Amino acid sequence: MNPRKKFKAVVIGTSAGGFHALQVILGALPNDFEFPIIIVQHRMASSNALPELLNHTTQLRVKEAEDKEPLVAGTVYVAPADYHLLVEKDGRLQLSEDERENFSRPSIDVLFESAADAFGDKLIGVLLTGASRDGAKGLGKIKAYQGCTIVQDPRTAEFKVMPQSAIAELRVDHILPLEEISNFLKEGLAHA
Amino acid sequence: MNSEIHIVPTPEHESIEIELFASAVYSKYGYDFRDYAQASFKRRLLKACIKMNCKDTSDLLQRTIGDPNFFASLLNQLTVNVTESFRDPLVYKKLREEVLPYFKSYPEIKIWCAGCATGQEAYSLAILLMEENLYDRALIYGTDINPSQLKRARDGILSLDTVKEATKNYYAAGGKLDFSQYYTAKYNAAILNPRLKKNIIFADHNLVTDQGFGEMQLILCRNVLIYFNRPLQEKVLGLFKGSLGARGFLCLGSKESLTFSEHRPDFEDFSKSERIYRRRT
Ligand SMILES: C[S@@+](CC[C@H](N)C(=O)[O-])C[C@H]1O[C@@H](n2cnc3c(N)ncnc32)[C@H](O)[C@@H]1O
Repeated sequence: MNPRKKFKAVVIGTSAGGFHALQVILGALPNDFEFPIIIVQHRMASSNALPELLNHTTQLRVKEAEDKEPLVAGTVYVAPADYHLLVEKDGRLQLSEDERENFSRPSIDVLFESAADAFGDKLIGVLLTGASRDGAKGLGKIKAYQGCTIVQDPRTAEFKVMPQSAIAELRVDHILPLEEISNFLKEGLAHA
Repeated sequence: MNSEIHIVPTPEHESIEIELFASAVYSKYGYDFRDYAQASFKRRLLKACIKMNCKDTSDLLQRTIGDPNFFASLLNQLTVNVTESFRDPLVYKKLREEVLPYFKSYPEIKIWCAGCATGQEAYSLAILLMEENLYDRALIYGTDINPSQLKRARDGILSLDTVKEATKNYYAAGGKLDFSQYYTAKYNAAILNPRLKKNIIFADHNLVTDQGFGEMQLILCRNVLIYFNRPLQEKVLGLFKGSLGARGFLCLGSKESLTFSEHRPDFEDFSKSERIYRRRT
């Protein structure tokens, strides 16, 4: 069996510098990419333009995540501003206004931990540039459940705190320069 | 032989523990959390363990079952209680300008705020109705499962910092009068004008386990359904459908919709952007 087939979803977390990094990664993925992608990016509570802006930079369909929405391959779901985004056991998305985690809502840990619960070892977690420590704990949980963990090489990150704190927290599977992450998601997972 | 067993938690174990907790609470207190969206319910439960100084969920369970007072304070952590006066002002603007005009010819107007938390939504509606000269004929039911929230709703007192936000939202919602006429400032609080309470009934009601009560012209259930799993959402939407009079209105939260619901065909979009639906029949 092709080992790629094992995976069911990709989750991506980022904060400062994230828009550019997401553009680079999503822009290089083909429209028949076989997994759904779920994204949390920290931003202002009032800013709702992110899905729209990203849509112009990729062949994938990008949309704001809706409550109880089922996941579809090749679609990118972005957490709405000021809501946590979680994955339910049945693989559907859930929104919540629970309190902030790591001063953030949406929080990367909240998405990663719930996705790890839902998908176990069939999950790929990607942590990118950012000026916060949010995400390290969640990535640790993905690793603990034997999912695949990827961190942007801090040397290629506009803000290094986020990738660095993940690298300090766990034994990340793959530390990759920004430009190589999409390639890895397309082809490299066979060796994951 | 090493007799110590090291148990690594797995998602299955955790989800069994949560189901166990919800079943026990249901048997003991009748509050039914069994079909809440598990991902966020679990986070709140684990948070509650920390806040209430419990070792783990088994410890939390024991104390919950053993002590009704403990459960009463736990209840505040199991649900999300954030609310605001005129929250999402454009929704209230739409209600005022496009929904309330339908009610002008009705002898009686019944409105249900389901999951009203501390009551701001109900008071905001009372203000709209008063300004549109409809309040005398109106009855607003504000319901929630949380007795301490309902008590605060009945008290009708806002903290001064939320008054600022309320005032701003009121104007953004198309209010044209002096908002300060609706409250009296006292020390650090604003006491809402008792006139506003006149036709509001705050009552204990659980959307999971209780029946509907009569025909409503408008139901608001905002930011409650996202905390339920899909089957429970469907059940509650069915309850709303059955509780709406002919061509009644349903207003959901700004991130909620009927898009993924089997009840979708029974409703038409009244305002897509403000998530207001109308019964087709
Ligand atoms: C986030 S608040 C929403 C308040 C208000 N509707 C708003 O949008 O501003 C959610 C409320 O739903 C209530 N709630 C949760 N489960 C409920 C149930 N089964 N039946 C009735 N109310 C419930 C909670 O107690 C809480 O007060």
